[in-house]
Amino acid sequence: MPHENKMELVCPAGSLPALKVAVDNGADCVYMGFRDNTNARNFAGLNFDIATAREGVRYAHSHGAKVLLALNTYPQSSGSEKWLTAIDNAHHLGIDAVILADPGLMQYACDTYPDLRLHLSVQGSATNYEAINFYHQQFGIQRAVLPRVLALKQVEQLMQNTPVEIELFGFGGLCVMVEGRCSLSSYVTGESPNTCGVCSPAKSVQWKQTAAGLESHLNGVLIDRYADSENAGYPTLCKGRFNVAGATYYAIEEPTSLNTLELLPDLMRMGIAAIKIEGRQRSPAYVAKVTRVWREAIGACRRNPDKFNIKPAWMTDLGKLSEGQQSTLGAYNRPWK
Amino acid sequence: MKLALGPNLYYWSQDKQQEFYSAIATSPVDIVYLGETVCSRRHLIRLPDWLELAQKLTDAGKEVVLSTQTLIESESDLKTLRRITNNKTFRVEANDMGAARLLNEQGIPFVAGQTLNVYNPSTLNLMAKLGAMRWVIPMEMSRVALMPMQAARPEGLETEVFSYGRMPLAFSARCFTARHYNLPKDDCQFRCIDHADGLTLNTREGEAFLVLNGIQTQSAKVNNLLGEVWELQKAGVDILRISPQAFHTPRMVQLFRDTMDEKITPQKALRTMQKLMPESACDGYWHGKPGLDRLYADSMTD
Repeated sequence: MPHENKMELVCPAGSLPALKVAVDNGADCVYMGFRDNTNARNFAGLNFDIATAREGVRYAHSHGAKVLLALNTYPQSSGSEKWLTAIDNAHHLGIDAVILADPGLMQYACDTYPDLRLHLSVQGSATNYEAINFYHQQFGIQRAVLPRVLALKQVEQLMQNTPVEIELFGFGGLCVMVEGRCSLSSYVTGESPNTCGVCSPAKSVQWKQTAAGLESHLNGVLIDRYADSENAGYPTLCKGRFNVAGATYYAIEEPTSLNTLELLPDLMRMGIAAIKIEGRQRSPAYVAKVTRVWREAIGACRRNPDKFNIKPAWMTDLGKLSEGQQSTLGAYNRPWK
Repeated sequence: MKLALGPNLYYWSQDKQQEFYSAIATSPVDIVYLGETVCSRRHLIRLPDWLELAQKLTDAGKEVVLSTQTLIESESDLKTLRRITNNKTFRVEANDMGAARLLNEQGIPFVAGQTLNVYNPSTLNLMAKLGAMRWVIPMEMSRVALMPMQAARPEGLETEVFSYGRMPLAFSARCFTARHYNLPKDDCQFRCIDHADGLTLNTREGEAFLVLNGIQTQSAKVNNLLGEVWELQKAGVDILRISPQAFHTPRMVQLFRDTMDEKITPQKALRTMQKLMPESACDGYWHGKPGLDRLYADSMTD
């Protein structure tokens, strides 16, 4: 397997401190975004301006790590200059690859900077090799990040039919929907990942203490209600409790995180080029811990894939960092569907 | 402006489906999109049946377009996709970039579907260059956002807008209908067939919020742009799409047609519609607001 010994660990950097601890704890690559709606984690107080981005690139490169820039929202019909400028800046800053979803932007990037490496974002919704090969043929993308919807077998089959490197999500927040094809958030709040780089934005959240319990609302829509004994979670709208035909339950998905640590030997054997850790919105402490565990696990697996054992301490550490302290193998494991 | 009937997003019995399209054949709709776009497990009507139906509707004077599945995961999904893109008779709506690639390779003009995410003029021009002869605007796109697209679109490229029906908002690998019944997706027992208009998901305050339709999640509210027909025309929109609902769809088509032909006022048509829709109306996206908002004043009198 050509990629077997190269599997990269790609870690989130929502800030310069997060970038530095990711690099210090063994990330091969960090990914970041600019401080605006050109990326899908357009949250207040997060991300990089030009000066911090320059310092981030310097720090990462001087420690032998790469920097990827997420420009993975869709430029809206007026005002795409901001995205084009971001690509210009990425090139000038010496970013190692840009992560794009919009075909128009890919065209601009490959016409203007033929030497700039392009990755297809998960927001590009490419779930099959014909789609991935489309982006390869048209724009020369070199890597694709797969939406969190395919079973491992499907990933394997896809890889046999494309020259494009494959990056998979390994740990962190779990999108149940195909990324790039979900407008639930804008249906309720007017803002979505595709259009604004946000999902269930904080400014639309209201908490209400009622006789029935603590309620979370998103722009007036009741997402969940908690009994006194329950821990309240952030009201991401697909992870609320709703009523369907008389039953109240997590009708779409529980508050849970993806954790694929136990699949690591399979992923390595398959030649997955990179494992992505979700969480640019999380703290440097989260980034440090998750990076350290995954670095150690990848090292152990590389040394002895046949006898790879998950250390209980890894799972304990990751469990504490998971949403609702729960984790799942998601779609990689067929029964989840 | 022309009227199109979108692909049926639900799973109906063969009898219901047959009855439905017989009524559509004599309804004043110009274009009919056919095919299974949601789930590959829905097998009551297979591609040969769709092709036969397509021929019947063509004979009835309709322009027929075959719509491809939105979420393509497996080799068998791709096989079905290739059979559709290789059909030599009917136009195809590409709902995934993989479909666009296959059509582009053969040099066949196609319809760029809603889920191709054409949000800006450069992507629109690119799709046209690859062979799109028509595009369906993203569900989220507002009138204001559409204007620069219309100004920049290449000559001859048609614009279609989803104008009536419950909106497809999300797609997943997970089947939410099977989940509701505690069944694994691979043994779903085809429960979708029991929910001709999908399975309503309510908030715990009893508000109809979303509709579960297999792996697809829809709005519970019905996107209804009938009151905006003149605005749509002014914006240079060529085609209005009506998405099938289990009941009264031919009636809705007629009400749109009559409004467009100025036989009745939008207000009057909307008053009739109110009694026939599965849930209340919304039109927020078109106005640049949350999709579930309703901006058009239904209470306006003639």
